[in-house]
Amino acid sequence: MSTDLLIRDERGFYCPPGDFYVDPWRPVERAIITHAHSDHARWGHRQYLTTPEGAGVLRVRMGPAAQIDTVAYGRSIERNGVRISLHPAGHVLGSAQVRIQHRGQVAVVSGDYKTEADATSTPFEPVRCHLFVSESTFALPIYRWKPQSAIFDDINRWWSANAARGLASVLLAYSLGKSQRILAGLDSSIGPIYVHGAVEPLNAAYRRSGIRLPRTEYVGETVKSAKSTGSRLAWAGSMIVAPPSAMGTPWMRRFQPLSAAFVSGWMTIRGTRRRQSLDKGFALSDHADWPGLLSAIAATGAERVWLTHGYSAVLARHLTHMGLDARSIDTQFRGEADVADADEPTATGQPEAEVAGAAEVEESGEDVAAS
Amino acid sequence: MKRFADLYSAIDESTRTTVKVAAMAEYFRTADPADAAWAVSFLIGRKPRQLVPTKLLRAWAAEAASIPEWLFEESYHAVGDLAETIALLLPYGESAQRVDRPLADWVENHLLPLGNMDETDKRESLYRSWAAMDPAERFVWNKLITGAFRVGVSQNLVTRALAEVAGVDQARIAHRLMGEWKPTAEFFRSLVSSETLASDPKQLYPFYLAYPLETAPEQLGDPAEWLAEWKWDGIRAQLIRRRGETHIWTRGEELVSERYPDLHETAAALPDGTVIDGELLPWSFEDNAPLPFAQLQKRIGRKNLGKKILAEVPVVLVAYDLLENAGEDIRERPFSQRRTLLTDLLERLPWQDRLRISPEVPFSTWGELTHARSGSREKRCEGLMLKHRHSQYRVGRKRGDWWKWKVDPLTMDCVLTMAQRGSGRRASLYTDYTFAVWDRPGGSLLTVAKAYSGLTDAEISRIDAFVKRNTTDRFGPVRAVKPEIVMELAFEAIQISPRHKSGIAVRFPRIVRIRDDKRPEDADTLDRLKGLLAVSPALSANDETGI
Repeated sequence: MSTDLLIRDERGFYCPPGDFYVDPWRPVERAIITHAHSDHARWGHRQYLTTPEGAGVLRVRMGPAAQIDTVAYGRSIERNGVRISLHPAGHVLGSAQVRIQHRGQVAVVSGDYKTEADATSTPFEPVRCHLFVSESTFALPIYRWKPQSAIFDDINRWWSANAARGLASVLLAYSLGKSQRILAGLDSSIGPIYVHGAVEPLNAAYRRSGIRLPRTEYVGETVKSAKSTGSRLAWAGSMIVAPPSAMGTPWMRRFQPLSAAFVSGWMTIRGTRRRQSLDKGFALSDHADWPGLLSAIAATGAERVWLTHGYSAVLARHLTHMGLDARSIDTQFRGEADVADADEPTATGQPEAEVAGAAEVEESGEDVAAS
Repeated sequence: MKRFADLYSAIDESTRTTVKVAAMAEYFRTADPADAAWAVSFLIGRKPRQLVPTKLLRAWAAEAASIPEWLFEESYHAVGDLAETIALLLPYGESAQRVDRPLADWVENHLLPLGNMDETDKRESLYRSWAAMDPAERFVWNKLITGAFRVGVSQNLVTRALAEVAGVDQARIAHRLMGEWKPTAEFFRSLVSSETLASDPKQLYPFYLAYPLETAPEQLGDPAEWLAEWKWDGIRAQLIRRRGETHIWTRGEELVSERYPDLHETAAALPDGTVIDGELLPWSFEDNAPLPFAQLQKRIGRKNLGKKILAEVPVVLVAYDLLENAGEDIRERPFSQRRTLLTDLLERLPWQDRLRISPEVPFSTWGELTHARSGSREKRCEGLMLKHRHSQYRVGRKRGDWWKWKVDPLTMDCVLTMAQRGSGRRASLYTDYTFAVWDRPGGSLLTVAKAYSGLTDAEISRIDAFVKRNTTDRFGPVRAVKPEIVMELAFEAIQISPRHKSGIAVRFPRIVRIRDDKRPEDADTLDRLKGLLAVSPALSANDETGI
């Protein structure tokens, strides 16, 4: 029975026959980690298992002491008669869906995923299963992403226009995944590209994994060398990529005069965009949009679907109308935070940031899941 | 339409007035005058009325998007704006089907005719329009259809952009924009003309509006330089007498001459070339004082003004200012001079009961005036107006020379009982609240007001989090919450209202602050509120009526 294959207890998704968790939110013995974002990869587990591509960024987040094992995409391992394999989720570098097989039953925990392929992560692959655990961050039909090439064009056009007006462009984006995806889409002929200290080590991890990113300079280094040579810093015309938490900080003000933009799927909605007091919002997300969610779920062939974080109740209702056995499951996953000052752990990864994240369940997710 | 949608986004995305003005000026300079005329009309808030009932629009949009209505509603609650929800949900469609028609064409041949169509034709027409537009155009279009078009520019900024294009001063543009005009190419050309144009005898002047006084009056300096009047609570209006005809305009730029036959006889005695600024008030000649504003509303509601209602609710114009004297625009002369001319003019009239000067409230020290102000409510006034004796009659709301000094609002401590998501900028936050007071000490809570303004962003976040964690019940988008938070609400007036369960209604409730120092049981009781009925001014519903 597949109910035995996977359950959700107070620590997270647990596989009783295999005795391991997937993305648990409290410390456990064995944790399979879908990807290194703070709401999925937390401190304090004894063993971490992830993909080789994901291990680099997970190491940046968990520190040198964590025990991190890896298994390549598509290769399987066995534990107590349970076959476990990881499959690309297309969310960030090394992000994986976890396939769990036991006595002819297959469950897949997808973590976060995105169906559009991009240059910085292995493209999403649907995995056939009986039970599919899907995120639902953007599970409303209003969320339909424009092709990323169109968004990159918009971003580059905005950057050029700012440069022409003598402004620096500050792009606020998650330091892990979103930042690198954007960097890969920037037209570096427009001007120099600088990055925040939270982004830099993750860029390095991406580059070590063979991902091509344009040349970037760490703001801290630039400032230091300018101080030592006594030269004046000129940020006009440059692009600075920083995490959302940099918004309004003295760190950010140094780039003035500037124009600031937030890159997030939530920027689809005008009200959300305006509430941030930003100059611009770009609707680009590393999560699946509504058509993406529906096509991904259909491609698994699953009769049972568990829906986590986001508009899970909406998606559950919709899938139920379509004849599936779909349920909304409460978790502590957040998906994409919808405010520019959303906390995100720094590159060194501090557990207190994790705790704060767990308490502040993503707004719309908590909202719908509870109803 | 594409260009107008681009203009909308440019204005909407920027918080800098210079950017907004530049975007508008560029549009006015380069757009076809017929399009520019409609753009001006929409930007200054002359939007068409709602042409398709919201209910139908929702159903049709859901149908076009191939989603069930419940999913449409879920989407709407996330977005908080109907026009935007529809724009986000409609299928992208074939770009081959898109047609970039001029704004004037859309408005005149597609938008306005909607009003006379039957349901089937309306639906057909909407589907065709949506198919021809891209998402940005659809958003603006939906805003126009729903009668909710609004964008972040004041009329002042629009006139600034027009003045820049025309190369004439802003006051002249503002004057040209007053009153009745049709958004035609011809109108737009005359609007941005650099020449002086022959004036229409009905043409009114832009109203000068005062800011609220937020400091102590002592800050205004020498009391001798200031003149005080009561701040009457009626309908601000301009009375024009030119070429033997009388025209009455409200501040909302509505021509209402026919609605106030009470004034015609007196006005006919005014010399040609006279324009008076004043307040329309329902009047009791017996008490020599205004009637409650609700009486005037009753009269406004009547289609036919029979003898009975004219006798029951007579209207007078309380005159504040003289803008045109013997055909001469005297707005730049000092207020004291204009007032003297006004007084002389009114004294020469054979009848003075219908057209009366707004009396001066005499004072020699600010302390005296403060004392006088405390008697405002008894006079059915909202407070005082302070005008500098040398002030010009300016255009729009300006600081410095005129101040409205309202009496302190009435306040009550209420318990937060329900919350709903806001719209627009606050679409994802619980910002619209329902408040209650106790029916008796230790009794049960009765709803008395809804309010949504007055909190800082940080406070809104705090309440938002409270609402999410303390929900006790849900009614569609509304959440009932644990009665724990007490807030102080201010309001302008309170009145008996059989329509509300609590039996009372308040005017302009707004949040003053969160009372963390009070427990829910410390909130006010209905009895205390009823006690305020005696000191409350009359309840009026129109917030545009005052100065």
